[in-house]
Amino acid sequence: MSDKVLYVMYDDDEVLKNSAKQLVAKGVKISEVFSPFPIHGIDPIIGVKNTRLGIMAFLYGLTGLTLATVGMRYFMIVDWPMNIGGKPNFSYLENMLAFVPITFEFTVMCAAHGMAITYLLRNKTLPGMPAQNPDPRTTDDKFVMEIRLSENHKVTEAELDGMLQEIGYLELDKKEIK
Amino acid sequence: MQKEAAIREPLILGHKTYHDVTEDVCRPIEDKAPKMWYILFGIALVIGLYGVGSILYLLGTGIGVWGLNKTIGWAWDITNFVWWVGIGHAGTLISAVLLLFRQKWRMAINRSAEAMTIFAVFMAGTFPLIHMGRLWVGYWVMPIPNQFGSLWVNFNSPLLWDVFAISTYLSVSLVFWYIGLIPDFATIRDRAKKPLARKMYGILSFGWSGRAKHWNRFELVSLVLAGLATPLVFSVHSIVSFDFATSVIPGWHTTIFPPYFVAGAVFSGFAMVQTLLLIMRKAMGLEAYIHTKHVEYMNIVIMVTGSIVGTAYITELFISWYSGVEYESYAFINRATGPYWWAYWSMMTCNVISPQLMWIRSLRRSLLFTFFISIVVNIGMWFERYVIIVTSIHRDYIPAAWSMHFPSHIDIAVYIGTIGLFFVFFLLFARYFPVLALNEVKTILKGSGQSYKESPDYHKHH
Repeated sequence: MSDKVLYVMYDDDEVLKNSAKQLVAKGVKISEVFSPFPIHGIDPIIGVKNTRLGIMAFLYGLTGLTLATVGMRYFMIVDWPMNIGGKPNFSYLENMLAFVPITFEFTVMCAAHGMAITYLLRNKTLPGMPAQNPDPRTTDDKFVMEIRLSENHKVTEAELDGMLQEIGYLELDKKEIK
Repeated sequence: MQKEAAIREPLILGHKTYHDVTEDVCRPIEDKAPKMWYILFGIALVIGLYGVGSILYLLGTGIGVWGLNKTIGWAWDITNFVWWVGIGHAGTLISAVLLLFRQKWRMAINRSAEAMTIFAVFMAGTFPLIHMGRLWVGYWVMPIPNQFGSLWVNFNSPLLWDVFAISTYLSVSLVFWYIGLIPDFATIRDRAKKPLARKMYGILSFGWSGRAKHWNRFELVSLVLAGLATPLVFSVHSIVSFDFATSVIPGWHTTIFPPYFVAGAVFSGFAMVQTLLLIMRKAMGLEAYIHTKHVEYMNIVIMVTGSIVGTAYITELFISWYSGVEYESYAFINRATGPYWWAYWSMMTCNVISPQLMWIRSLRRSLLFTFFISIVVNIGMWFERYVIIVTSIHRDYIPAAWSMHFPSHIDIAVYIGTIGLFFVFFLLFARYFPVLALNEVKTILKGSGQSYKESPDYHKHH
């Protein structure tokens, strides 16, 4: 099915936010916003849900904590217990204080790297991936809203044009997608 | 948009637009490098290669080529290690701790400070590795199953904690830095005219497109990484200090070490940031973004951490006497009045007196004075580590074992070589990477840009 996409460009984040607010109030669905920096407050307007990466970071951290605990218990208590100066490694708990630094470091390492890798995968931003912003200026000083006709059955293209004329924009670009 | 009090100095001077920010940061990358860059790069490269050559000689011959002896087993090597790790503390402190505290002035300096951190930790890591002598079995510090009847590394040892601390710190700082770099690389990619530059920055920018959802994730990832990196900053130098504090050597066996080392690390790290940024802002025309106010803020950090370090020195002296342990007292009397008195008093002058001058407003806002003090502080902090390490061990319990440390030519060459290599990395960074987090700076332009703050509309609607 062919689809038509409207790219509405602005040169200011606040102006784009106001326009988006007005369009959404009129029942228009904005599928995407491209901007050179995060526009604070745009997410609830266009319906972007908050990311759950923070939960993932916690889970990765928990994994690191478990691995470090299990690993050090095995290395130091089970597999090769040492008796240093008459102070043997009887149990994990007795020796636990010495394991705190590495447990902490390993937890942080797993949480940070796990989250960073998940972030890159979820964004589909990996080395050599092609850029997808509609206009190269959106990484400089322009802000673009993407409106897909296929996601807006309630309004016709002509109605949408009228609304945009009324609200105002800097540039409007239309593209057919097959 | 967040507004701030009118009384606060704007963080971005002049009448900048979003596009101006992009232009100002990208121009030095896109233009031809100035002749001075080639000259500095050449000098740094020669010094760095001399260091690499010395390291190869060291590895081929053994660490006997250093000026170590039976009494003094650690000297310049570990001094340099701690010095570099300390310098490597400013970047992540600026980007992580200041992010959590919502300090917006960090945005102009965090990128280059983080780069400095990463390169400094590279240099730091070199020293324990080459100190092993047999670098090719360096992987033995990892707990991997082996042919020695599964003999594991000793998890009770602070030296092993250090392996984990430094590698975590380095890799997490690198990830934090790179995640911030991705959107800025995308900006350079979209402006690039030459096909090679477009291709290279295309690969480096990972196909970043600036979607709203991506920015949402970006902000959360930055925040969580900052939250993780903040305790990491404090833990790394605490663990480095455990290398000494958990031993039974008088002068090392001190509970004050972790906070004292962390404060010293931040102190020297900020000094190095000042040294580098004062030159870089001028050379790259970034005076509008990194100006007197930023320098002043950093000088205040230097003053505070310097005061903590000074307090720690004096506390150490007092406690050594108050403990009533004669070995402990002697270690400190020997530091101040023994054969290494000159190192001790250099340290005291550089680290205790010089940061106190920052109480004077005109001095902490003087760029020339700041540059001078930043060098003095790093000399002082090198001496601090030298004093702690060498003076504590050079007079052993048995006077027959007393000794002195004289650096060999290889000691000096490896140290100077790491400074050369550090500058090779930093100059490459300044040439090819966005030295300012340009897209982050755009977010504070309306809240803290001079032209916006001075416009009559700024305080009207809120």
